[in-house]
Amino acid sequence: MTADVLTPTGACADPRAVAAEEPADLARVVRARRRPTRRVRLVIATLAVAAVAAVLVRVLLGDYVVALTDLLPILRGEALPDAPGASFIVMEAKVPRALLGLLAGLAFGAAGAMFQTTLRNPLASPDIIGISVGASAAAVIALTFLDAQGLWLPAAALVGAVAVGLLMHAVGRGTTLAGQRMVLVGIGVAALLSSVIQFVMTRTSIQDAQAALVWLTGSLARATWPVIGMLSVAVLVLAPLLAVCARWMRLAELGDDLSATLGAPAGRARLGLVVAVALAAVATSATGPIAFVAFLAGPIARRLCGGRPSLWAAALIGAVVVVLSDFAGDYLIPDVNLPVGVVTGALGAPLMLAVVVTAGRAGKA
Amino acid sequence: MTSTTFAPTPVDGTALRARDLTLSYDGRRVVEHLDLDVPAGRITVVVGPNGCGKSTLLRGLARLLRPTEGSVHLASDGAHDDVWSLRPKGFARHVALLPQSPPVPEGITVVDLVGRGRHPHRKLVRRWSRADDEAVTRAMRATGTIELAERPVDELSGGQRQRVWIALTLAQETDVVLLDEPTTYLDLAHQVDVLDLLRDLNRSRGTTVVMVLHDLNLAARYADHVVALRDGRLVGSGAPADLVDEEFVAQVFGLRSRVITDPVTGSPLVVPTSTHHQSGATS
Amino acid sequence: MSATQTAAREERVAPGEATLPGLAALLLALLVVLVMAVVASIVLGSTAIPLGDVVQVLTGHGDGVADSGIVEARVARTVVGVLVGAALAVAGAAMQGLTRNPLADPGLLGVNAGAGLAVVVAISVFGVGSLSGYVWWAMAGAGLAAVLVHALAGLAGGGSPLRLTLAGAAVAAGLASWSSGLLVSSKQSFDSFRFWQVGTIGGRGLDLVVTVLPFFAVGLVVVLLAVRRLNALALGDDLARGLGENVILARATVAVGVAVLCGASTALAGPIGFLGLVVPHVARSVVGPDHRRVIPVCLAAGPILLLAADIVGRLVARPSEVQAGIMTAVIGVPFFVVLVRRGRMASL
Repeated sequence: MTADVLTPTGACADPRAVAAEEPADLARVVRARRRPTRRVRLVIATLAVAAVAAVLVRVLLGDYVVALTDLLPILRGEALPDAPGASFIVMEAKVPRALLGLLAGLAFGAAGAMFQTTLRNPLASPDIIGISVGASAAAVIALTFLDAQGLWLPAAALVGAVAVGLLMHAVGRGTTLAGQRMVLVGIGVAALLSSVIQFVMTRTSIQDAQAALVWLTGSLARATWPVIGMLSVAVLVLAPLLAVCARWMRLAELGDDLSATLGAPAGRARLGLVVAVALAAVATSATGPIAFVAFLAGPIARRLCGGRPSLWAAALIGAVVVVLSDFAGDYLIPDVNLPVGVVTGALGAPLMLAVVVTAGRAGKA
Repeated sequence: MTSTTFAPTPVDGTALRARDLTLSYDGRRVVEHLDLDVPAGRITVVVGPNGCGKSTLLRGLARLLRPTEGSVHLASDGAHDDVWSLRPKGFARHVALLPQSPPVPEGITVVDLVGRGRHPHRKLVRRWSRADDEAVTRAMRATGTIELAERPVDELSGGQRQRVWIALTLAQETDVVLLDEPTTYLDLAHQVDVLDLLRDLNRSRGTTVVMVLHDLNLAARYADHVVALRDGRLVGSGAPADLVDEEFVAQVFGLRSRVITDPVTGSPLVVPTSTHHQSGATS
Repeated sequence: MSATQTAAREERVAPGEATLPGLAALLLALLVVLVMAVVASIVLGSTAIPLGDVVQVLTGHGDGVADSGIVEARVARTVVGVLVGAALAVAGAAMQGLTRNPLADPGLLGVNAGAGLAVVVAISVFGVGSLSGYVWWAMAGAGLAAVLVHALAGLAGGGSPLRLTLAGAAVAAGLASWSSGLLVSSKQSFDSFRFWQVGTIGGRGLDLVVTVLPFFAVGLVVVLLAVRRLNALALGDDLARGLGENVILARATVAVGVAVLCGASTALAGPIGFLGLVVPHVARSVVGPDHRRVIPVCLAAGPILLLAADIVGRLVARPSEVQAGIMTAVIGVPFFVVLVRRGRMASL
């Protein structure tokens, strides 16, 4: 339909049309469009290398150092004659922990960035607005009252996170400023669920309460192959979905009205949130809510990519941070094994304050 | 450059048609039983006092607010389709809306932002095409924003930024463009600048323009067709020279005034005689 | 959406501006209800005590009454409830006025988390082990957190309700993660803390009340004296300055008052959320936005709600109890959700 109104090659008799030849303008537009993309690609490639390096550090170094040359034979299942215990330590402790950290970090980072961009708020990550607390409350109740084991724990966490997500959606639906209302409801519900968790903790033995606390802090200690299997299936299924949603996310950034005007069906962008809720829930169920990874991965990625949000960069940053923090928690202080969440929490809190301040400044515009 | 002799492109028919249109927010009726024909290929300006439902009407026309009663029809290829029967992307290839102050995504460059306007023309799997680049270039040339291509949008001045938003809307390549107060927050020179730009687009491309304007004099100067609202109802519509007189200003704005002829453009010029509101309810 | 804004503006003027006699009658009615709540709080519980016995104990003739110990505990509990309820409600109203954020609440904005972190430090680093030992730590922590959130909000340029609430939630998350970091390696510390972190008005002796009482008094006086300033601040800093108000001084005064009230409440009862959110909103819906009316109503209504929450918490889980801090969250969150859903937040 545009063809008859608008002839393809600039038939606009615009009096202020620039004197330059159009091919020059076109070339300039193409160049300008590619420049930021190139930077984002470079950042993602670098981060991917960093993630692999972090996993290798986690597996090879530490109290029990494994030579890189020994790693491949161990992974292939060959016995090492000069180090009989190596295979067990690597395959049952080091590799699972590294892999769980990698997967959980990817999931938290991607989910956080998805929330922040879709809701257009750098503070609106799943760990602040109730999704993680929903998963935690359900898991803690399952852990202490129902003695949940194995895959029941992730299932409970998923139910909790989805329930909070649904409540947020229900409250936002059909109102103006739905996104903002959703965030606020999430915060309120998070406060209630924290109270529930605290209440549960007073009702159970100190052993159970302590176990729940460790879980609530976020820890990779329960890295077993079934958990890793579950999480990797979830990541493999949800990541492509997220890629599709990322395109809507680019529209969601423009605000509800403009994105609808550009043909994004109403509320479609929030589909990405559903995927993000699922990712965050599954990861939370496997490791507990690792403090601030979801919250900070997005802003860090944004900074690296020159101001543009990138889902993949955020995911990779999450992975690098979790794997390295876990390593630091194990070996930084001799004889003390800190759960990964303590490390990310301690490092993340000051960074978080910086994000709060800069976010507020930007919001003034 | 503000020549007065633009002859409206002779395009017949109606681009958008509202019938018995009622629009509500959170259960409160803002626009009631409104009949409206938006002439194709013309500039239509919606005027009215604060809170009369101007922006709401625009959102209703842009398929952003589902009518509680009545309907909006879009004329395309000789047929009139209810806008809610069209697919979102299909509608977005015909009608573009520029909201009043859309949020600027963080760190985005001008070229990237304008490119977002290509969304309705993209398929799920197809990559960015040369046609997209060309459309973006055209839109940026028409708005004079080529020179800003690599700049981050949040560093631009208000006037530049508004041009970039209009470029985004143009990159959508629709035959109808709706704009909600495109001159807000701009000084008088930039207001005239933006409105001249829109009129040039209308005259050169035949794009149907519908906009909400606050300033009645600017409305009378740039509109081919004025639509006046008060309390969510249509008070009058027609060519500014026929419509805008002292009685009209009193009826729509409750303002006593003299209406003279603008010495520059020949359009009606409203000069308030008193700031005292006539319609009783002084505040 | 100029239509929505105009309508909102019209409605803001409308809600029943109670006349002065009307306000007096309302306060009187609230006082009657408060007295009833106080009586109920002493009489009701896992074991109900006849009113006659209560009177005997209170008049010093309780030697023959078997439950005199329970009566004394319940009296202390009720006194704590009245003080904390009043303080939190007034602090909430002042906080909402100060930040111009209808969703401000000591719990949501991270003040409770600050008190929590301070208590954790006291327990795990300094080996403090008693309620009276926690008091100063909690007070300092709550006060510092209140200052931190206000400073952040100031640095961040004021910000919309959404931004401030999110900033508060983020601060709370940060403080809480430091707390768990300290607790996770020490089972003993956590065993003490897990009971403190659920706010309750029970189990505090009157001696503890006496220790904290001056802070309640100072906080209340500061906020009550600043009521007029709150009204000016409600118009926005620029307009308030135009009206001749010293904005910085006004803000600082109110902020200090709020911090002292929150600190004292948390020190006495532990973290209790949502009371400071709910009560001011109910008050405003009845008497309009004028702080000169809202604050007195909060003063009377806060204790009523907290005592009611506590009584219900005692009755639903007999012979055990659900702590008041849990009950206020259970009551407060649905209220909060309705507020968010209905609220005309033109500038979230």
